[in-house]
Amino acid sequence: MADVFAVELIGISKLFGKFVAVDNINLRIKDGEFYSLLGPSGCGKTTTLRMIAGFEVPTRGDLRIFGKSMGDTPPFKRPVNTVFQSYALFPHMTIGENVAFGLQMQKVPKKEITQRVGEALERVRLADYANHKPKQLSGGQQQRVALARALVNRPEVLLLDEPLGALDLKLRKAMQLELKQMQQDVGITFVYVTHDQEEALTMSDRIAVMRAGHVYQEGTPVEIYEKPRTRYVADFIGETNFLEGTVKSIDGNRVTVEIDGAVAVAATAEADVPVTVGQAVTVAIRPEKISLLPGDTEKGYPGRLVELVYIGTDTRYRVQLTDNASVIVREQNIVPTGERKFHTGDAVQIHWSPASATILAE
Amino acid sequence: MVTPSLHTGSRALLKKIGNFTLSGYAILFFLFLYVPIIILIVFSFNDSKSVFVWQGFTLKWYARVFQDARLLLALRNTLIISVASTVISTIFGTMISVAMERWDFRLKLPFDALLFLPIVIPDISMGVMLLAFFGLIGMAQGLGTVVIAHVAFNISFVAVIVRARMASLDPRLEEAAQDLGANEWQTFWRVIFPLLLPGIMGGALTAFTLSMDDYVITFFTSGNESLLSLYIYSLVKTGVKPNINALSSLMILVSMGLVLLSLILQRKGGGDNVGLM
Repeated sequence: MADVFAVELIGISKLFGKFVAVDNINLRIKDGEFYSLLGPSGCGKTTTLRMIAGFEVPTRGDLRIFGKSMGDTPPFKRPVNTVFQSYALFPHMTIGENVAFGLQMQKVPKKEITQRVGEALERVRLADYANHKPKQLSGGQQQRVALARALVNRPEVLLLDEPLGALDLKLRKAMQLELKQMQQDVGITFVYVTHDQEEALTMSDRIAVMRAGHVYQEGTPVEIYEKPRTRYVADFIGETNFLEGTVKSIDGNRVTVEIDGAVAVAATAEADVPVTVGQAVTVAIRPEKISLLPGDTEKGYPGRLVELVYIGTDTRYRVQLTDNASVIVREQNIVPTGERKFHTGDAVQIHWSPASATILAE
Repeated sequence: MVTPSLHTGSRALLKKIGNFTLSGYAILFFLFLYVPIIILIVFSFNDSKSVFVWQGFTLKWYARVFQDARLLLALRNTLIISVASTVISTIFGTMISVAMERWDFRLKLPFDALLFLPIVIPDISMGVMLLAFFGLIGMAQGLGTVVIAHVAFNISFVAVIVRARMASLDPRLEEAAQDLGANEWQTFWRVIFPLLLPGIMGGALTAFTLSMDDYVITFFTSGNESLLSLYIYSLVKTGVKPNINALSSLMILVSMGLVLLSLILQRKGGGDNVGLM
């Protein structure tokens, strides 16, 4: 079983006419994993999901579910179920009938259907709503019905197409945790499509960041956030400072990069990102990884504080490092703001651990 | 200060005149439409041979309608034709609607235009056309040819009505059904058909009404068969008698009832917000 993946995409491409929606992607989704396809609209994430579901047939490549090549197997013969963004509940059926639909199609005995539908509705806390019609329920409740309707069939893989997209922020946050909890309880592989980077980071075991039909980076939330490989990923996930410079010296994976010929900063190059002395590179560093120190401090890089924005939990500083380069620094407001150490115009020192600054591959 | 107030005063007056004219027009419009119908119905209860002089209340013209053997035969034939053409055109019209909404094929646009042609073609042309066609293929005129002729125009009406309903269905619902293990057949009967039903019923009732009172196309294709609309016309040729009033009143009642039912069914379906859940 070691080599069998829940879902495997090998060289998958999908063309609509001349438009390349998905361009030669390779993914291996492990059994029991919560896997997210993350990207802006039009990046091919939904097309990818629809190919796994069987609503679209790949133009090229091999798609396998638990080792079985799917080819053009129709959706109703695949061991997967989908939770649609619009929920797609059948408006002419009650909640109970909606949830029972899949089991009826599988010709499960009536008694077992009643029991499993009851359990499924119990799990999403809607047992009292079995005889209601979908339009009598709120958006959040409909979303949970859609989930129950899919999970009651015990699919091998559950596909979710932005299932929380239509909910308001507070409900969405609550449902994120609930979904993750549910996934861990049932142990089913979840493939989750979202454009919300925070949602992906919160819920996923692994994430594939997509753009224009390509997978830009695949990894755990920590890898994606801490070690972005490309400017696109670093920019799409959270906030990032980009510093352009030239490599001055290399010591193992420690690299010193000179910015504007004025300041030399420390950064890390991953093993598969080759760098040579004199090469032009981009250093990515998250605002919260930088600490702001008084101007008379010995360590760090000198700069001038040019902007200070209070945003509740944090304060956002902009520090001019050279004539052309500035960085954003974020610090939590641990001390009351009245006792603020820094003011705009101050000479400051900024400091970061070399491991926090990543040389981008592109 | 005098001029602006005079100005606003004249504006208000204009508006008043406008409102008055508009409501007057609306009243005239409805009078124009419904006074003849009301007269028809009132005089169908008139106890007199003369159509235009009120003599007292009677139901004898209604009784006479149901004693007229030729009329009953015509009614029977008309019902056979209406039911047959309604059933056939509803089935095919629905199939066409589903196909046109869900599949793309070459020549879809011209096909679309051709499909709706019978709605705009003058009845008289259609009648002549069908007459020539049946003559050409050597098909004897009778109930069969009338049914075919009625199906030919009813399909378009059914297709238009059902298609409007089909277009409002979220295609995700069909995908959801297939995702849950339903094949195409099960998806149609369990999901598409129940959601289309109000539209299908509306289409069928419209087809039935159109078939019931069609005169022109029926005239060209019925040969010697006795049919309701033709029979009424033949009665009028010998002068309007009160029993025609009675019969016409009954037909208006049935037609209105059917149209009302079809509207209610379509309205009921429309309010469902199909697929937007």
